[in-house]
Amino acid sequence: MSGHSTYQPQNAFMKWMEARLPIAGLVHSSFIAYPTPRNLNYWWTFGGILSFMLAAQIITGIVLVMHYTPHETMAFNSVEHIMRDVNFGWLLRYLHSNGASMFFIAVYIHMFRGMYYGSYKAPREVLWILGVIIYLLMMATGFLGYTLPWGQMSFWGATVITNFFSAIPVVGETVVTWLWGGYSVGNPTLQRFFSLHYLLPFVIAGVVVLHVWALHVVGQNNPAGIEPKGDRDTVPFTPYATVKDAFGMVCFMLFFAYFVFYLPNYLGHADNYIPANPAVTPAHIVPEWYYLPFYAILRAIPNKLLGVIALFASIGILVFLPWLDSSKVRSARYRPLFRQFFWIFVAVCLGLGYLGAKPAEGGYVIASQILTFYYFAHFLIILPLLSRFEKTRPLPNSISESVLKAPAKH
Amino acid sequence: MASTAASAAPTRRDFLYVATGSVAAVGAAFTAWPLIYQMNPDASTIAAGAPVEVDLTPVAEGQVIKVFWRGKPIYVNHRTPKEIKEAEDVNLASLPDPQPDSARVKKGHANFQVLIGICTHLGCIPIAHAGPYNGYFCPCHGSVYDTSGRIRSGPAPSNLALPPYEFLTDTRIRIG
Repeated sequence: MSGHSTYQPQNAFMKWMEARLPIAGLVHSSFIAYPTPRNLNYWWTFGGILSFMLAAQIITGIVLVMHYTPHETMAFNSVEHIMRDVNFGWLLRYLHSNGASMFFIAVYIHMFRGMYYGSYKAPREVLWILGVIIYLLMMATGFLGYTLPWGQMSFWGATVITNFFSAIPVVGETVVTWLWGGYSVGNPTLQRFFSLHYLLPFVIAGVVVLHVWALHVVGQNNPAGIEPKGDRDTVPFTPYATVKDAFGMVCFMLFFAYFVFYLPNYLGHADNYIPANPAVTPAHIVPEWYYLPFYAILRAIPNKLLGVIALFASIGILVFLPWLDSSKVRSARYRPLFRQFFWIFVAVCLGLGYLGAKPAEGGYVIASQILTFYYFAHFLIILPLLSRFEKTRPLPNSISESVLKAPAKH
Repeated sequence: MASTAASAAPTRRDFLYVATGSVAAVGAAFTAWPLIYQMNPDASTIAAGAPVEVDLTPVAEGQVIKVFWRGKPIYVNHRTPKEIKEAEDVNLASLPDPQPDSARVKKGHANFQVLIGICTHLGCIPIAHAGPYNGYFCPCHGSVYDTSGRIRSGPAPSNLALPPYEFLTDTRIRIG
């Protein structure tokens, strides 16, 4: 692999094709010759892992639909039918349900990596915002999918989440009735959720294309957080990034498979194996683990409308991250104070996740309120102040210098 | 589009562009409306939401029954004289959503408290005869209601809603 060649069609057919639809050239320039920074670490393999998870969810999902019935009287039994009667049905369903969790684990690592290395900063703001949109779509898709087995947690999760919209002044009730297609969560709700759950992954795939497009326009960030200056700073995507991504993917699949085969219900709730009952709410209702930090924020605020606003704001604020953190230095490697605050922020998110799973009473509520305040303070107070007053460490002259010289301690 | 220096002032053609675009926009809105409106409750759902009649004769004093109307649980609480007195004697100023007990029952039927058993916070079903006031307690996010269904503490913004209902006789009601 010397230098970065451009695509040269070898045979007559490919030459004919290239003159009409240059798709082979596009693939070549995007995934073969594409220059990637030579210092990428394994945190950069999660983009590939996420693409794999999206494909895996779409494939297992399409197959599950061949056996699933979206009707309030049959949905629960059809899921049990998949588990007991359908050939390999248990495997397909466990892959799909655990796959959702794996998708979120990967996306959280991917997002925190972006925050640590400042991947949202100019010129990657649009790339970052597209990522936030994908994350929002993932949350919606995960919620809609969790409703489909029509167990107790499905039913009551759907009730609680759709009731967020009843907090809207004046038109709240009208909006909720419209969402439900009835006066409570029922069969019309299930059927439309099924339709949308099938639709959204393809919308995600579309936005992923934009995300990758934007990535290939501005180039990848890297652990040093400085732009590549020439061939010495980059390596071709294939074989270097391809093989590294593949290795990361295989390791991630081992982790995924461990859950599928040994702990398939660990990340779910036993209550969802009870058929939906509109007369009884489960005693302890919690969302799936990946929503817990936001659930804690919702419950921290003792006012319905403000709680719902805080929940949406906690995600929406990510859109503004590129402008809240205006430090010119991207990577936390060269931002000693930011690095500490980053890890505190990670701990706060995990803490909120823990509190979201606890009952809303006593000390848990107070702790949620403190952490919710800190969550917003991180974005609105700490980052703007750090960008102004932090004394950053000197940046290396180039990526190759940062790799070849004695690596900076961190 | 055709904005060269010579045609800076609005021309007949500009008018035609705007008029054509406006007609297209109105047409698109009219076309979108059925696609949006189809999500509202359909005729069968509305028909199934017709009023229901409930015979209260078998409901003993101190007992709470749950009936369904429009997929919503309706609690009918046959309150004891002690519970009625407690509900009536509350200092209204201390309530987050002040409402006298008399406004939450039908005149002359204070013994029967009829309300929609859906927490006004996020739609869970509160447990009857539970919580500090022995009224209703929502297990989801900890809202506490008294025997009149009034919010006393927790995140719920308002009192439990009352369904439209009337007494046909002293022991028979029609909800809806």
